[in-house]
Amino acid sequence: MRDNRSMFANIDWGVVMIYAALVFIGWMSVYSAVYDEEHKSIFDISQRYGKQLLWIGLAALLGAIVLLIEPKVFNAFGFVIYTVTIIMLIAVLVFGTTISGSKSWFQIGGFALQPAEFAKFSTALALAAYLGRLNTDLDQLRTQAISALIIFFPALLILLQYDTGSALVFTAFVLVLFREGMSGIPLLMGLAAMVLFLFTLYFHPLYVIPGMVLLFVFALFMVKRNVPTILKLLGILIVASLFVLSVEYVFDNVLELHQRTRINVLLGLDDDLRGAGYNVHQSKIAIGSGGFFGKGFLNGTQTKFNFVPEQSTDFIFCTVGEEWGFLGSTILIGLYVMLFIRLIKMAERQRSVFARVYGYSVVAVLFFHFAINIGMTIGLAPVIGIPLPFVSYGGSSLWAFTLMLFVFIRQDAYRLNVL
Amino acid sequence: MQERLILQLNLLLFMTGGQYHFRKNIIILIILVIGSVFIIRLFFLQVIDKTYKLSSQNNVLRFVTQYPARGTIFDRNGELLVYNEAAYDLLVVPRQAKIADTLALCRLLRIDIESFRARMNIARNYSRYRPSVFLDQISKEDYGFIVEKLYQYPGFFFQARTLRKYPRPIAAHILGDVGEVNNNDLQRDPHYRMGDYIGKSGIEKFYEKELRGEKGMRIMLVDVHNREKGSYYDGLYDTMPVTGKNLHLGLDAVLQAYGEKLMQNRTGSIVAIDPASGEILALVSSPAFDPNLLVGRVRGENYNLLLNNENKPLINRAISGTYPPGSTFKLVNALVALQSNSIDEYTQFSCQGKGSLPIRCTHNHTTPLSVRAAIETSCNPFFWNTFRSILTNSQLKGQKNAFDYWNQKMHAFGLGHRFDTDIPFEVAGNIPSREYYDKVYKGSWNALTVRSLSIGQGEILLTPLQLANLAAIIGNEGTYYPPHLAHQIGEQHDSMPAKHQVLLHTGVDARYFKLVKEAMLDVFEGGGGTARRYKVADFKAAGKTGTVQNPHGEDHSLFLAFAPFEKPTIAISVVVENAGFGSTWAAPIASLMMELYITGEVKRPQLEEFLIPKTISNTP
Repeated sequence: MRDNRSMFANIDWGVVMIYAALVFIGWMSVYSAVYDEEHKSIFDISQRYGKQLLWIGLAALLGAIVLLIEPKVFNAFGFVIYTVTIIMLIAVLVFGTTISGSKSWFQIGGFALQPAEFAKFSTALALAAYLGRLNTDLDQLRTQAISALIIFFPALLILLQYDTGSALVFTAFVLVLFREGMSGIPLLMGLAAMVLFLFTLYFHPLYVIPGMVLLFVFALFMVKRNVPTILKLLGILIVASLFVLSVEYVFDNVLELHQRTRINVLLGLDDDLRGAGYNVHQSKIAIGSGGFFGKGFLNGTQTKFNFVPEQSTDFIFCTVGEEWGFLGSTILIGLYVMLFIRLIKMAERQRSVFARVYGYSVVAVLFFHFAINIGMTIGLAPVIGIPLPFVSYGGSSLWAFTLMLFVFIRQDAYRLNVL
Repeated sequence: MQERLILQLNLLLFMTGGQYHFRKNIIILIILVIGSVFIIRLFFLQVIDKTYKLSSQNNVLRFVTQYPARGTIFDRNGELLVYNEAAYDLLVVPRQAKIADTLALCRLLRIDIESFRARMNIARNYSRYRPSVFLDQISKEDYGFIVEKLYQYPGFFFQARTLRKYPRPIAAHILGDVGEVNNNDLQRDPHYRMGDYIGKSGIEKFYEKELRGEKGMRIMLVDVHNREKGSYYDGLYDTMPVTGKNLHLGLDAVLQAYGEKLMQNRTGSIVAIDPASGEILALVSSPAFDPNLLVGRVRGENYNLLLNNENKPLINRAISGTYPPGSTFKLVNALVALQSNSIDEYTQFSCQGKGSLPIRCTHNHTTPLSVRAAIETSCNPFFWNTFRSILTNSQLKGQKNAFDYWNQKMHAFGLGHRFDTDIPFEVAGNIPSREYYDKVYKGSWNALTVRSLSIGQGEILLTPLQLANLAAIIGNEGTYYPPHLAHQIGEQHDSMPAKHQVLLHTGVDARYFKLVKEAMLDVFEGGGGTARRYKVADFKAAGKTGTVQNPHGEDHSLFLAFAPFEKPTIAISVVVENAGFGSTWAAPIASLMMELYITGEVKRPQLEEFLIPKTISNTP
């Protein structure tokens, strides 16, 4: 700590302000979501909002501590922290407690800790540390393989805990790799595969394959018709067709029943309002009933009376939508978008690869949570149980996100000292 | 052109080596696109689409029905016949139920442990979050006892209901009973919901719409577990229930009770009518039962007991029992014959010889005789000749047309069809029609074929209500109001159905009635009158006995009468099944009833004692 004063002066206070705003909105929403007449005190520790306030206090402390730590430590200990996390992820499979179907919690006294939340942070550190080395190049197979291993090993362990949602978050790191020079083709392929998957389920292979043949013929007119190009396009067509044909098999045999129904609900093929579609339906009612200006703080009827399940955790956005309406929802989304863009700008101004990769990792993970969480509450994404960063109730996720963000803020504040 | 596009794409996506700085723009673009998609989607959900606002109301508001109190029922003197008593249903919300000591709860509710488990399972199967009835219709005494300790059992609570109560154990057949609606009721009338009460029989059934009142609606805010969270806008949109209208019957409770006492251990009925209004003063069907038996939790069990009782106490014999009227029917035949000029006051028929064949007289009296003496002595050959005179009356243009005339006159006397006033399950009885005989006798029949009609036997079947009405018609000298039970609905006068206030005419002149009345007076007052022993000192009464041949056993005893003779206030019919001559049982019972109603007391204790056995009760 060579120059404490300049460090604090270099902190990006804009990001800290947005962070504080989101945390505050979260706490208000949790208060409103579980509010009842009997426990009016906002500090009642027996209620979720009381606890959340405690988590927020501890998160602020955590953020302050992070700002005091020498930033090089994270680079140096990146792999150590990663290894400890992997051990915890394995330990939780053995000693963990099952909450809502996921064996991903350590029960310590009255409170539960979820290592998966911290695995995102550790993975970001490890990936940044790895790509920060001078001899890595994402064009090389070796670098690609090791990066993939760093990313997907914890994801696999989390998948084994039956916490599909948290595991899926790790796919967000592909965005980081893309920024760092990985070919965009995997990204495009992934996107194409997703679109084809949904198209096939929604329509039928019998319509999708002829459609692709038409696209192929159209493409033939667009490119230079030499043998290698035609063969390449033909190859793409054949691979895509095989993929389409396998979709039904994968859907019926690989996915779990609840995952199938969630996808069907999203596609509108299944509107089982008492079962799988219930959450989304009630969530849409709650948000939709908010109108333009919302019903006002504590006046939400849908969320207050427990119509929306998981309203203080995964479906916290309903409370915002119902009580603050379109206006409040837009402001919240705007805050997130501002945060993401700000963080990208910050990442780009880093001198070290470590700090840049880490910064992009933070953006990618937060953005994935944001997109899936809000997407599912308004029926645009399948129901995947992951929290809305900084807003959802829960100590583990708040601390993990705070830790992630403040480590980056610390790196950013230190950037001028990097040679 | 193509080349440049591919180059740019390469720059964007596949640039190799060196600088990827450019790619941040793609990532920013993705973020902006998703953010915009969310905002557009929210705009549609929250601002444009209105359906979600409606859905949210249905979710949150619960419309709680407020049950009105059912109207009470009074007799003609304002005595309470039916009122409501509070009863309670014990409800349980299985999810909230926390029972520390199941056995203690069972003892408190006085149920056994198996019953407890069965009830709990039913409630759980219905819903874990919604209340369902655990134990129904708990009396207010038990309620007081249980409610004190109920705080120990969260998840259980009481809901008030009302049950019908009857201060006197009388008039069960008339009042009818109230029970839960069945599927038919639910389909027929959207007013009802599962578990509602509805009048099942009697007055409760007929005046259901007036008695039930109007339901109110309380709007409550509820959460997804159906827990009430308070009143919607502090009750601004609530509606209050409107209590059902009270019903005042023409019934005289004292007379009814006395009639039921007189009919104990007998099978049969008494119907008493106020001739001036058509209101029914008493309608006794025996065996009777205590209406309190069909109330509350014991209703189902008792109903089955009554239903399976060999004496069929549930049947209201006064309106659905049909009997050949026997000699009492001779009065009607005489009146029709007089009106149609088939006979006159002085026409005499002999009761012996060829003219009386094939019906011979069994009585000992002077012969030949005219109509007044014939009624008094109930001379069969005279009335056979009278009936034949009607059918052979040349003015009536042939026997079959004459028979039509006779049939029409019977209906004019209120016979052969229902009055259709306010007495459910009333039957029509039977007055045979020309078509009926044409069918049975293939067209070839005459007065001789249907001669048993002349003395009230054969195919004729009348209800005791029709017989009592006949007595009223004679008392009124030819006119009547259709007999009905209600006197006043609610607290307003003139609220009666118009149908009850239409004066009907028999089309027979009053002077002929006077003749018949005189003859009936002789039944009580005359030296040879069949009811002379039951003459009441305080007023003059007129009557007519009937003995109905019963192929299944002992003859039925019939009597109809009205009093006081000058201006009748009561017309009565008494039927005692399997009791022999009409004068033996039916006449004294009618006499005591009239005495009680007119004078307000009975001054013939020996006769009472003779009729009412002290020790035996026939309440099942």
